Parts: sequence; structure tokens; C-alpha cells
Amino acid sequence: MTDFGFSISKSATIDMDAVDMELYERVCRQVPSARICMSCGSCSASCVAAPYSGMSVRKVILALQRGKDVRTMLSNCMLCGKCSMACPRGVNTRNLILTVCRNL
Amino acid sequence: MKQNVVIIGGGIAGMEAANQLQLLGYNPIIVEQESALGGHVAQWHKLFPDMSVARDVVGRMSKSIASTNVFLDTRVVSVKSSRSHYTLSLSNGVDVTTRVVLIATGFGLFDARKKEEYGYGVYDRVITNGDLEQWMNGCADSRIPESPRSLGFVHCVGSRDLKAGNNQCSKVCCMTAVKQAIEMKELFPDSELYCFYMDLRLFGKKYEDFYINAQRDFGVHFVRGRVSEVGEDIDGRLCVKAEDTLLGKPLKIHLDLLVLMAGMVCHPQTSKVAEMLRLDVGNDGFFKSRDNLANIQESNQDGVFYAGACTGAKTIPETLAEARAVALRIHSYFNNL
Repeated sequence: MTDFGFSISKSATIDMDAVDMELYERVCRQVPSARICMSCGSCSASCVAAPYSGMSVRKVILALQRGKDVRTMLSNCMLCGKCSMACPRGVNTRNLILTVCRNL
Repeated sequence: MKQNVVIIGGGIAGMEAANQLQLLGYNPIIVEQESALGGHVAQWHKLFPDMSVARDVVGRMSKSIASTNVFLDTRVVSVKSSRSHYTLSLSNGVDVTTRVVLIATGFGLFDARKKEEYGYGVYDRVITNGDLEQWMNGCADSRIPESPRSLGFVHCVGSRDLKAGNNQCSKVCCMTAVKQAIEMKELFPDSELYCFYMDLRLFGKKYEDFYINAQRDFGVHFVRGRVSEVGEDIDGRLCVKAEDTLLGKPLKIHLDLLVLMAGMVCHPQTSKVAEMLRLDVGNDGFFKSRDNLANIQESNQDGVFYAGACTGAKTIPETLAEARAVALRIHSYFNNL
């Protein structure tokens, strides 16, 4: 095919019909408190890795709900557990991270 | 002889005030434009936070005022005021003279057709919170599919909307959406439910518990972002677009049913009643209280008082508390005459 030197950008739209929730549901069955995240951001604000790496438990949960890849974010977690202390809803964040890693 | 108190509106505010006034020794007279008492609450199915049956609540209240004079299917046509009395001419030909008029006209449900982009009245599978409650009460609704796989709830329809002329938050719709999402999940356990919200304003007792239950026990998905537009596919399914503002990305989803959380706006008769009694109306269209802190039930006219959602969006407990308080306020008004 002739190369015209340009291409079509991929749509950034999240197509919820096509999102695979399997991993999210599997993780929620093992860590039920994952469901009650209210995206307050306490976890990310307290995270020692967040300022340097973009790690955020809030974003990990949202990414799972939207079928996005979480590997890069998780690879930056040092499992210190500060986020567990900060979470007002008592989400078992450290266990959540380990569980996601195990299920990947 | 017992003093008359004319109550305009026979919803829960009017009924509760009538009951209390009767107990205090007055002769309340309810003027209700509909053919039954109970107002909006009578149209509802179950009420948060205890999931009380609305018909039972209204039934108990009507029972408590069984001996009260109630004019149904009646409106106030005109008002003549003298120095100390108001004479109200009613549409049934009766004239009532009273020293005190209690306005309990309540609110109107926002006409969702005004938000054209949501397709209410255009697409087959778009309904309002009010429609859903009536369906739950047993009224057939052909717009609701037999076994929907995916349902959406749009918060803030006609609330917090400058362009629709309603800046105010309607207070109860966040909680209503959470309640209705849980109820629909119970009816259709295999369905997925999505709530599209800007903020979740779950301020009342037990409201946050409902939110947690909806997330944890019913798997309701909460998407932060206002629905921008709704389209319809050739097979009748809805294509809903919003931004996932937590992710900063546009999002689209196909749904079998979309429920619009129509907000509380001023009652359509507000300006007419205000004109007859020369009452001030605020820029939100609701009756204007003398102030919004300590004198919510006071109007700018001597002997005219307010109770309930005629001065702004209120919950049922707030409305009932106001109705009880206004009865005492009226009592002290009479005592100081």
C-alpha cells in the first residue's frame, strides 16, 4: 500500500462494551474491599513511590475497571503499606496489589 | 370557635402541619389541586433510608387528618386581603376567611425533555426517576425492557444546571439513584448498573451506607462524569457518552435502559400563588423566605407561612420537621395577635 506519510490516530475513547472485567472481578472476589474504593486519592497522596513513578492504587483500581494495563504502575510499588493506613474506607490495598500481581 | 388555617397543598408538608395544628386546637383547611392527598411522595414506591413503603407513610398521615377539612381537585382562584384577614376564593365556589395561610405547595419535578441531549420523550428506553417509581408501583411501562442487561442512571438532570435555569442541587437525587440502582439490581441480578455522577452528595443519615452497599454488595459501577449525549442504535439500544473524568478519557457504553434523575424545581403554580398573596420569589423560582437560616418558614407577608419544599429542595424528614415547626410558629402567631 502507498505510504502517504500519515496515519489515523487511535481513538482514546474507552469502549465499556468491550472492556474485559474478568481480572477486576477475580481480584474483587479475593479482595472484596477493592469494590468500595471511592477514588479519594489518599492512597496516592501517601504513596512514597507515587511522586517518582506514577504509582497509585486509586488508578490501579480504576484501570482494572476500565480494562487498562496496570503492570507498569505495580512494578513501582515497594509494598510499604502506607496506603493501607491512609485509606478511609479500609481497602486492603497492600493485599490488593499482591493479589493483582498474582493474577496477572 | 376554632381559628381557621388555610393550607395550600396537601402533600406531606400540608398533611403533617394540618395534623399538628389540629392537635393545637385549630381548624386546618387543606386546599389540594390533585384528586388525592400525598403529593409527590404518594407517587413514590419505597423511601430511603429505611425503605419504607411510600403508600403506607402517606396512608398513615391521611388517617391522622381524617377529620380535617380537605378540598380536593381545588385551587385558589383569588385572594382578598383586609387588614387582619385573607379571604380565599376557591375553584369549587367556596370562600374561606382566615388569619393565617400556610403555603405547602412543594416542588415540581424537572421536565427532562428540556435536556434534549438525553433523549427523554425521543428514545424509547429513556425514563426518569419518577417513571421508575411508578413502574415499581405496578404501572406498566413499555419503555422498560423485560430483562435489561445494562442500565444507567444519570445524576443531576436539571439540577446544578445554569443553562436549564436551576443552579441548585436537588439534594435527594444522588441517594435516589443509589437506591434505585440497588432496587434494579435486586430485580435484575444479571444486569450491570452504571451511575454517572459529578459529585456524590450523600449527606444524610445512612446515605453513605447505601453507597457502600451499592458498591460492595451490588457491584454498581460509579463513573465520575456527566453524560454529554445519548444516541439510539437501530435495535433500540442506547449509546451513552460521557467523560470518565477520573481517567481524563472519553467513555461510551451501550445500555438497555437509562434513568434520568430529574431534579426538584419550583412548583409550576409558584408564581401564581405568589402573585395572589404578594409573596416574594427567589431567583431559583422557589418562594423566598425572610431569611435562609433562622426564618425559613416566614414570608414577607404577615400571616403567611411556608413549610416544606416550596422554599427549596428538601428531604422528607426535613419537610416533616418544618411542618411541625411551622405549626408551633402559627400557634405563637395567634397567641401574639
